[in-house]
Amino acid sequence: MTSETSTSIPTPPASSPPGKTYTGLDTSAVPLWRGLLRWESALVVVFLGVLVMGASNSSTFLDGSNFFFIGVNEGEVAIMALPLLLIVMTGEMDLSVASMLGLSGTVMGYLFQNGWSIWPAMLAALVVGALGGALNGFLVAGLGLPSIAVTIGSLTLFRGIAEILLAPKIVTGFPISLTNIGVIPISGTELSYSAGIFLVMALTVGIVLHATPLGRSIIAIGLQPEAAKFSGIRVNRIKFSLYVFSGVVCSFAGILFALKNSSVSYDAGLGLELDVVAVVLFGGVSIFGGRGTVIGVVLSAVTFGTLLQALTQMGVQAEVQKIITGVLLLLSLVLPRMGLVIAGLRDRATQPAKPAQPIQPVQSA
Amino acid sequence: MSALAPPAPGRARLLARGSSLLRARELSLFILIVLVFGGTTLKNHNFASANSVQQLLTGAALIALLGVGETLVIITNNVDLSVGSVVGLSAYLVGMVFKHNPNFPVLLALALGIAVGAAVGAVNGLITTVSKVPSLVVTLATLYIIRGADGLIVNGHTIDPEFIPKSFQKIGYATFLGVPWLAIIVIVIVAGAGFAMRSFRSSRDLYAIGSNPEAAELAGIPAAKRVFTAFLVSGSLAGLAGALFLALHAQIDVTGGKGYELTVVAAVVVGGVAIFGGSGTVIGAALGAVLLNTIDQALVATKVSPFWNLAIAGGLLLLAIVFDRWLSLRVAKSLQSAEGAHHDV
Repeated sequence: MTSETSTSIPTPPASSPPGKTYTGLDTSAVPLWRGLLRWESALVVVFLGVLVMGASNSSTFLDGSNFFFIGVNEGEVAIMALPLLLIVMTGEMDLSVASMLGLSGTVMGYLFQNGWSIWPAMLAALVVGALGGALNGFLVAGLGLPSIAVTIGSLTLFRGIAEILLAPKIVTGFPISLTNIGVIPISGTELSYSAGIFLVMALTVGIVLHATPLGRSIIAIGLQPEAAKFSGIRVNRIKFSLYVFSGVVCSFAGILFALKNSSVSYDAGLGLELDVVAVVLFGGVSIFGGRGTVIGVVLSAVTFGTLLQALTQMGVQAEVQKIITGVLLLLSLVLPRMGLVIAGLRDRATQPAKPAQPIQPVQSA
Repeated sequence: MSALAPPAPGRARLLARGSSLLRARELSLFILIVLVFGGTTLKNHNFASANSVQQLLTGAALIALLGVGETLVIITNNVDLSVGSVVGLSAYLVGMVFKHNPNFPVLLALALGIAVGAAVGAVNGLITTVSKVPSLVVTLATLYIIRGADGLIVNGHTIDPEFIPKSFQKIGYATFLGVPWLAIIVIVIVAGAGFAMRSFRSSRDLYAIGSNPEAAELAGIPAAKRVFTAFLVSGSLAGLAGALFLALHAQIDVTGGKGYELTVVAAVVVGGVAIFGGSGTVIGAALGAVLLNTIDQALVATKVSPFWNLAIAGGLLLLAIVFDRWLSLRVAKSLQSAEGAHHDV
């Protein structure tokens, strides 16, 4: 990618001259052509490559109905990636997303099975999502605990509660008018309902992140939490709200997931957190926070879904798809860092006296 | 991960004085185990038998063994989530070797398991230290890659007990002076690692790296090398655990070791190893594994649905993280006030 010089790769905010605002990649300092060499443009190329690959294998790959199935298969993952994008932007992590998806579907199915009608059961699932998110948010923002550890714990806890409620049963029999979202696109389009909801949500999140004070605050928190706090940003309140948002959205994704499969079991979406994390990081969002775009995540989700669909149609086994997901995740982690690594090695080779520090803060007068 | 970890005030001081506290953690874990055990015995008198103690030890052995490596990694403020998948892969590969060569020597089989795990550990360590990306995501990715590879190799098959030599299965069920061999192997490794983590300079480096990576680097500690070694050890022990898994269950399919990574992290953190690095002991982690397993078995003995296991493990993990933070804040506070009053720590 754009990793040959240190100007185009993420550097800590210490290296920026004071009084300059951060806009993801610092495009003002680099020539225009280099601005095009962004992660997002690379994703477009990859996406086109995947389309060519799929189309050359099957003549119906570019049909509208195929895109409907991509949306059905990947819609929930894409939806969950949006709140995770915001959380990762603040430098935190949420690994409990897929467990919340499972728990929410389980709550809905459990209540439905016990005679509730479907709409109140959905509402209850959303409330559970908000509560679960609030638990994560309280532990991370309120008590200041490391989010990775907290959400490994809640990943286990949420899945465990789902298991207590429902295992080993499977609930079916949801109203057909609702389970139809798994087979019928939004009328007049080839979009699945989940894909349509994702696009609307992505637009909203994009506006919030890139064009509102709240969005700038989220970016500021990720770049430098201390500085954000001292400049009056309510760091903890924002983080808490983001976890609640994530809980509600994942629980909503759980409802969609249950309806499209027209069945609920406690282990729905087991292990899906990897896909969600992979989509976010493959979208160019920095795991260290502060850098990333909604358009990147949208491109990543679309590319990811199309790739899996193409592989499935080429008869590639699910195991290989798993391996590819893992490799993609590793690449999107390691590639942006390679510039730093190479720079560090060069530093060490040319100036042996200097301590091996890949990033040298620029002291501005 | 270090970028996400909050600053820990006075951890070095805390450690200097903390050995009694750490011991207190191990003691309280032990008391908790006894309480769970005693409480269960009150409800079900059959629970307190030599047989069920043997079961407890055997059941906790693999998690405790994985916990040794995980402790080393977590102390450096990293985490290794790939251990469960390594157990599955190593167990299946060793099983395959036995299937094709029934006379394969037992010790070589164990060594093969270790080698498989060491290879994965080296990859994890290399990616983490060279690219400096959080190990959590690196090992999450390798977890899936290995699970995928495992699925391809296993391809829906199961290796059945008739292919596993009796001499190898004995590791799983035979006992020595009433103690299962599996438990003996693990106890020896835990004790050895516990001693090494106390006494060797290179293992003390791990604590320094986890407490304050910059300070450790400035103090001349080869941090990358040490972190790499921690991952290598964790992988190797996971590989060994895979071979032992095969000896214990005498059967292996694609689900072997699934979800172990979460149980191990839960056991280690419940055992008092701080998830943000810098403190904790191997023995505490092993006691954490025994506690979780005692609760599992207690649920069975008191006829509570085993479906509660996961939720209890998750709840305990969260409680342990909260408790550790509360403890370290309290210790830091008491150190400050003690210093103000006497200047004698």
